[in-house]
Amino acid sequence: MSLSSLTKPWQPMSYGFLDASAKREIRRKMLKAVAVPGCQMPYASREVPMARGWGTGGLQVSLTLINPKTCVKVIDQGADDSVNAASIRRFLADVSGAPTTLDTLQADLIQSRHRIPEEKLAAHQTLVLQVPNPEPLRSVQPNMSIARQMHADADYGRMWLQLYEQIVRSGRVMQGASYPAMVNGRHVMTPSPIPRWDVPKLHMAQHLTILSAGREKRIFAVPPFTRVEPLVFDDVPYKVEDHGDLTCNRSGARGFFMNEIPLPDGSSTHEISDSDYGVKTIRARDGETVEMGATWYNNGQMEDAQ
Amino acid sequence: MTITLDAPRLVKTKALLSIRNVSKSYGSVAAVRDVSATAYPGEVLGIVGESGSGKSTLLRMMNLEEIPDCGDYTLDLPEVSGNLFELDRFERRMLCAKRIGIVYQNPHLGLLMDHTSSGNVAERLLVAGERRFGELRARAQEALAASEFPLDRLDDPPRDLSGGMQQRVQLAKAIALEPALLLLDEPTTGLDVSVQALVLDTLKRLQQERQITMVLVSHDLGVIRTLADRVMVMRRGQVVEAGLVDQIFQDPQHPYTQQLVHAKL
Repeated sequence: MSLSSLTKPWQPMSYGFLDASAKREIRRKMLKAVAVPGCQMPYASREVPMARGWGTGGLQVSLTLINPKTCVKVIDQGADDSVNAASIRRFLADVSGAPTTLDTLQADLIQSRHRIPEEKLAAHQTLVLQVPNPEPLRSVQPNMSIARQMHADADYGRMWLQLYEQIVRSGRVMQGASYPAMVNGRHVMTPSPIPRWDVPKLHMAQHLTILSAGREKRIFAVPPFTRVEPLVFDDVPYKVEDHGDLTCNRSGARGFFMNEIPLPDGSSTHEISDSDYGVKTIRARDGETVEMGATWYNNGQMEDAQ
Repeated sequence: MTITLDAPRLVKTKALLSIRNVSKSYGSVAAVRDVSATAYPGEVLGIVGESGSGKSTLLRMMNLEEIPDCGDYTLDLPEVSGNLFELDRFERRMLCAKRIGIVYQNPHLGLLMDHTSSGNVAERLLVAGERRFGELRARAQEALAASEFPLDRLDDPPRDLSGGMQQRVQLAKAIALEPALLLLDEPTTGLDVSVQALVLDTLKRLQQERQITMVLVSHDLGVIRTLADRVMVMRRGQVVEAGLVDQIFQDPQHPYTQQLVHAKL
């Protein structure tokens, strides 16, 4: 036995960029987060070659989960082709040798900023959401120590009060993105700034969702088949954005979450936000055979979760 | 015709609130020393004493905000038993939210100044688990009406209200859930005399209509005299004299009480 047989040859960096101890820590914290759904677990948050606030939390989780066989998809506001999504995807492929895809159905690991794909995710898929502000109580309790105590006591009266005030002042709940949701009947979490449209997709979903905030150093998770219930009053129903009747002017897809495109004459048109689903719709229209997965919303209506 | 009168008998009602032998010191300062108090259902217990006599500390203990060094505290309610100072933080919070109402001298302590007044009242109902918007709104209005708050200012934040109205919002918040015990910490201090009289009227009316047990802390003998049935006089963390209000004010025994009563012009 020689020293060279016991050691590995020198490499410029470890597999998947992060060193083994960082990955180990994140793995442990992810397990913890899965064990207590919706509860925020602190972690160290290493440096990655990207500025904090640009998805470093999600990136670290992806780097930890990735292996050479993981098929990776990265989206930013629903689009695969934005600069941020393209750079993260290329970086993940470079440091791990993993294949990449734009197709939601083929991906094993989907890192996303602010959207959940329109096609249903399956049990073998993992969704990693980038979270800028993991603390749902921040607007009502700026002191983090007290906020943690409030989570421990399930003291969410102030959260509800905020909703009450919004209805009193404006006639409806004004919270647009990152609508607070109760996970597994215990912890209130902010589901990262996904639109209200996407929150019901997390409820009793088949896939694992991991939410990670790199700047704030918190990981939390929604395990498969876990209740995710947006905070709503019994007599004021939860409303998603009124996108059910909109049609995408490029693909003709109807009843999905849309981006509004302003036109020079002051009017506006709409484009589907999930770019991969838009591309698939166009291909299908042009007569190509494409595999379209089942969608959460059909004809603009969310199907009832079991 | 002869009138038959019941023979004199002992009161057998159990005390609603009973606090026994509590002491609390902050460093070398003994704020409360071996104090006991009881309050019977529907009764108003007044606590009077000079500044720093420990009366507010005692009230904070009754609201479970402060845990004494020793002593115990029981409330005769179906959902709790044993020494309430031993409850954990969660149980303490739920008990306070559901069964104990408090009105502070300083509205900043009891109210969220930037939220609406009705929201302040609704918060208590929300903590207790009410999740229907219509119901919250109706009950907040009802409580604010009962404390004679002008309903056209229902959704104004307390910071825009006058001192008297802020106290009414606090009172509405305290009575929104029909508490078993209402604690009043100098509720009228700092209000001008006419507003003080109006707030006292409201308190008196509520007490008569709803038979709420109250503990009233004040250094103002006039307020105690108007509202309380029984009074405890405190000085330097100890009770120096206790008894019926008329008895204490007409015939004070302890030199300090005599001084206090005579000082009242």
